Amino acid sequence: MTEAVSIKNVGMIFRSTSGETEALRDVNLSVNDGEFVTVVGASGCGKSTLLNLIAGLDRSSSGEITVGHKTALMFQDATLLPWLTARGNVELALKLNGVPKNQRRKRAQELLDVVRLGEWVDKRPHELSGGMRQRVALARCLAQDARIVLMDEPLGALDAMTRDHLHDEIEALVKERGLTVIFVTHNMREAVRLGDRVILMGSHPGRIVHEQLVELPHPRVMDSAEVATRAADLTTRLKAQQPQLLGADS
Amino acid sequence: MTVLTPNVEVQASVARGASVGVRIWAWWWPKLLAIVIVLAFWQVIYWSGWRPPYVFPSPLEVLQELGTMIGTERFWSALWTTLTRALMGFGIALIIGTLVGILVARIAPLRLAIGSLITGLQTMPSIAWFPFAILVFGINEQAILFVVVLGAAPSIANGVISGIDQVPPAFTRLGRVLGAGPIALYRDVVLPAALPSYVSGLNQGWAFAWRSLMAGELLVIIATKPSLGAQLEFARQFSAAPLLLATMLVILILGMVVDSLFATFSKKMRTKRGLTLD
Repeated sequence: MTEAVSIKNVGMIFRSTSGETEALRDVNLSVNDGEFVTVVGASGCGKSTLLNLIAGLDRSSSGEITVGHKTALMFQDATLLPWLTARGNVELALKLNGVPKNQRRKRAQELLDVVRLGEWVDKRPHELSGGMRQRVALARCLAQDARIVLMDEPLGALDAMTRDHLHDEIEALVKERGLTVIFVTHNMREAVRLGDRVILMGSHPGRIVHEQLVELPHPRVMDSAEVATRAADLTTRLKAQQPQLLGADS
Repeated sequence: MTVLTPNVEVQASVARGASVGVRIWAWWWPKLLAIVIVLAFWQVIYWSGWRPPYVFPSPLEVLQELGTMIGTERFWSALWTTLTRALMGFGIALIIGTLVGILVARIAPLRLAIGSLITGLQTMPSIAWFPFAILVFGINEQAILFVVVLGAAPSIANGVISGIDQVPPAFTRLGRVLGAGPIALYRDVVLPAALPSYVSGLNQGWAFAWRSLMAGELLVIIATKPSLGAQLEFARQFSAAPLLLATMLVILILGMVVDSLFATFSKKMRTKRGLTLD
């Protein structure tokens, strides 16, 4: 299998007037083409920093990151532009991706159909529910025509039912399009539900403490006993690495 | 940084789906009530005999004068001159204010140098510029235009600057994620996001332009060109109190009309973005 993302000995130090903060220390990770990797850790463990580095938004202080394809990034809050409609938001991504003007409208409609928002294209973000907004963000992600999709707790703010729906949809889309995904979450069960492999990150400084292949068949159910058992097992492992850690439950 | 014109106007509440008639009535009755209150107050002072009628005329007299006035060609020519000056001054201020605002917001050293200067200019009463303007340009159009532009441009620039400052960092990050270069980032993300604050700046700039213009027309009277300001001054000199007050009413109404245009536009934009409660 070819490598989509390769991270070697990456460290990240933020310098400010109040001193230095070591956000990441000696991170090594290799993600294969078409793999769905989930990254779990408490808030402040450097998960988002890591995604920013992979997305090229920041430069690491040390180490080397190689990314095989174009990346797209999905945020926790959908970050839709409030002055544009659902379609407008997707069209902007197409425009910035160099799609000619006369094709944008049709392509945006197709992408919003894919995320089952075909009827809602003319609505503005504030007229959509949280789940719908994330769907628009997902369509916008697809509009960027990237093979690697980085997701930064994209479903963290949604209710359980909407989240379960979106799990199914994201999983299906990713499979159909052969995307590589790095999905960051603080929810261990979500990580086990989605990931081919789960990466556990410890805090202060952020580092990878454990990797675990999840060999359960797809599709998985988040509330099933298999998922829960594995999640509990991984949570115990993460807590053992970080005795002071209380946040990585559920 | 921008000192926004406080908006004390409150709209009468209208039930959702009310008919057009109800909506129009809901929009008009507070304004009609305001007019009634002013006229009643005015009439009472007139009746009290506080000042002789040739100095302080009754509302009826002034309204009659207003009726006669809008029938004269001289009035329309004065109105035209004043509005042309206002639009021209505001237009130039818009271009200068916008460009300076973007440059100052964008370039850090420029911001340190000019940022406080813009706020300083904004607090300077524009009428204080007139002696200098008359000295430099003479008693002419340029002197008026100069001061109108100086009055309006700082507010507009400040609107741009605070608008750009308040763009959520998440939006600029998104722009970069979507692959926007510096120009596309400004065109597609930063400037549209800054629009509400920009419109507030324009609204305030208009208010300053209008005030500066009235001051200018009182001070810089060009004999061959009747204007609303000049008409005020002539009415005073000839003790034509009804004409004076009728002209003031016109100035008041014009200011209110333009302000309500800004308010309507601003409200539409905010509703579109989900920034209003209803």
